[in-house]
Amino acid sequence: MMMTRRQRRWGLAGSAIALAATALFILLALAALLASQPATTDGWIFSAYTFRILQFTLLQAALSTLLSTGLAVPVALALARSSHFHGRLWVLRLMALPMGLPVLVVTLGLIAIWGRQGWANGLLLSLGASEPISIYGLSGILLAHVFFNLPLACRLMVSALERQPGESWMLAAGLGMNSVSVFRFVEWPALVRILPGIAGLIFMLCVTSFTIVLVLGGGPAATTLEVAIYQSLRFDFDPPRAIALALLQIALTGLVLALLATMRRPEERISTLGGARIRFDGRTLAKRTWDTLWIAMAVAFLLLPLDAVVSAGLQADLGRLVTSAAFASAAATSLAIALASGLLALAMSIAIVRGRLTVAETQGAGAGAVAYGRILGATSSLVLLVPPIVLGTGWFLLLRPWGDVSRFAPVLVVAINALMALPFVVRVLEPAMETHHARTARLTASLGMSGLWKLWHIDRPILMTPAALALSFAMALSLGDLGAVALFGSSDFVTLPWLLYSSLSSYRTADADGLALVLGAVCLILAVVGTSGQDSNRSRRAAG
Amino acid sequence: MPQVEPGPDIHLRDVRLVLGARRFEFDLTLRGGAITAVIGPSGSGKSTFLNLVAGFVFPKSGQIVIGHQDLTPEHPAERPVSLVFQDNNLFGHLDLFTNVGLGISPSLKLSKEQRLGVSAALSRVGLGGMEKRKPSTLSGGERQRAAFARALVRHKPVLLLDEPFAALDPGLRLNMASLLTDLQAERKNTVLIVTHDPDEVRRLADDVVFIDDGRVILQAPAADLAARRDIPAIASFLDG
Repeated sequence: MMMTRRQRRWGLAGSAIALAATALFILLALAALLASQPATTDGWIFSAYTFRILQFTLLQAALSTLLSTGLAVPVALALARSSHFHGRLWVLRLMALPMGLPVLVVTLGLIAIWGRQGWANGLLLSLGASEPISIYGLSGILLAHVFFNLPLACRLMVSALERQPGESWMLAAGLGMNSVSVFRFVEWPALVRILPGIAGLIFMLCVTSFTIVLVLGGGPAATTLEVAIYQSLRFDFDPPRAIALALLQIALTGLVLALLATMRRPEERISTLGGARIRFDGRTLAKRTWDTLWIAMAVAFLLLPLDAVVSAGLQADLGRLVTSAAFASAAATSLAIALASGLLALAMSIAIVRGRLTVAETQGAGAGAVAYGRILGATSSLVLLVPPIVLGTGWFLLLRPWGDVSRFAPVLVVAINALMALPFVVRVLEPAMETHHARTARLTASLGMSGLWKLWHIDRPILMTPAALALSFAMALSLGDLGAVALFGSSDFVTLPWLLYSSLSSYRTADADGLALVLGAVCLILAVVGTSGQDSNRSRRAAG
Repeated sequence: MPQVEPGPDIHLRDVRLVLGARRFEFDLTLRGGAITAVIGPSGSGKSTFLNLVAGFVFPKSGQIVIGHQDLTPEHPAERPVSLVFQDNNLFGHLDLFTNVGLGISPSLKLSKEQRLGVSAALSRVGLGGMEKRKPSTLSGGERQRAAFARALVRHKPVLLLDEPFAALDPGLRLNMASLLTDLQAERKNTVLIVTHDPDEVRRLADDVVFIDDGRVILQAPAADLAARRDIPAIASFLDG
């Protein structure tokens, strides 16, 4: 047995506490929702109103998924084929950016480009289009969802294409396949295996999308469940309706998650060490022009809104803004929340992974232990089942009898943000901890190393980096989050995204632009730091 | 050279174990102070055999006795054994001195004498003056030498080696084998070495234990192995 009894006890106890805390936090919110009387003006969950919202939620998610995945295919094929293109790595890095940026910040950039006065509409009108594209309503929501999800789909597809053995491309060239045959026999089979997984993931993200719909949607004609819940609680103060909507949302995410579980999970592993496959096809001028065109369009689509955020932000009076009392207090609140939720997510993830390692190592583990390991593994999905707004609604109901709910806001936002980050943090930490364990467990056991000395001298030097990366990413998520704060924010509890949203809603555009730049930059740095390890993991193979 | 007490016998008494769908049954005594090669086809249970003695795997029933001590329930750190694996023998982020010193004290609390002992052990295996080097700057052979240095400072009577030379090229293997036989001549340890190399058996081993499908099918002096080509598994092992 490689762990001492003490280590095993800690491993099991720690994970049990983390699991119990997570489950309790989620289940209490659920219980509060279920115990309350859901009702709409018609008296039941399904009214004409909720049905319309459900319909729109599904419609926008389906269209967003279709557009994001469909448009990602030609871009991904072009990128995978352009093994000789030097900027390829930068394009792939650019595609990782949207995930690390606060949704609100990106939305501002999109409005600048695609809004009524935007650059893109000007171009379309001068090209003879009769009507400008509206950034508000369905078209705007779709645009923003494509902005976030096309790059995600694209990276996953490029990764799948790169995992094809190099011999496939040589063989294709040797057999003299033209591009249609290459697509039919090599590329399409590689993509089709992961397409359902990618589409499912994007559908899930769009079904639970909050900020984009809050800013670009509006009115019963373009509202999703999440936003409708928020509006029921904050504006109409109609808790029964919020409950009805929340229950619908859980049923919907549960259904999508169940479907997702049956699909192959797409892996993202892009070789950044120049390990791209050498491709022999796509060398003709026509093919190269085609590829360049798709890549250029994708880059412009991603870069222009980001550029708009930067240039608008630079025009704002940044000096005055960052020295203002409102900014200082919001920044302090945001940082405190981000740090607390990041550390909480980190601690819970470590406990969960250690628990799984302990179970995995238990020799002759009984069915109970195996089941416990599975449950620990499923914790992340449990977290996804109940979106932040729904969690918040549940806790809103639970705490209302105890006085003003906004008093509990900091604690709730920290907890909700930590849960949101949990799946990501586990994903960063688990492989690192597994490898470290595999390398050192026998050795440390045979030398009798344990306790704090081992933690400090053996585990800390190796695991500090992945832990810091995970923390950084978790903090970026929390800093950019508007969802949890939107429910509980008050004049006493203002975070940076909430301050940005308030400036936006009160038409203080210059302030909003400046804030967006600052917030975007901070989140981006944290997210880039947080994901940097994933690329270099393989090059840092510890010797010994 | 002072007379050294030979290492203890190792007894596996009616040891039974099930791992997944595999069953293992061992009942034998390994001669103290001798080098026993543990051989057999891959997946036959050689490493499990070693892990049982080391304490990484616990038997479902039966006893593991080293000398006169029943060690069946003991954690690896409580057993009088040193280990050398095929790889990952050293902590990559710690220098050689620390890696070897950890063999004496798992929290590196070393007396002056012990610190000298670490340096002496490094010299003994041909790594004198390399105390401050990190494992990543060493060759595969040097890393295995450092692992041997750690086994030396531990002064444990039993040495367990799990394919220690498998990752090295043939010249180095020869080299390391003679280091091992030299150390064994000095210390008279009880040595178990898992290997899949018939030459290594001829070169090193006093005895062999041949494991097939979770049980010992032959235990004999190494010199007799060649005569047992009548057993198909052994014939195919010898033909490599």
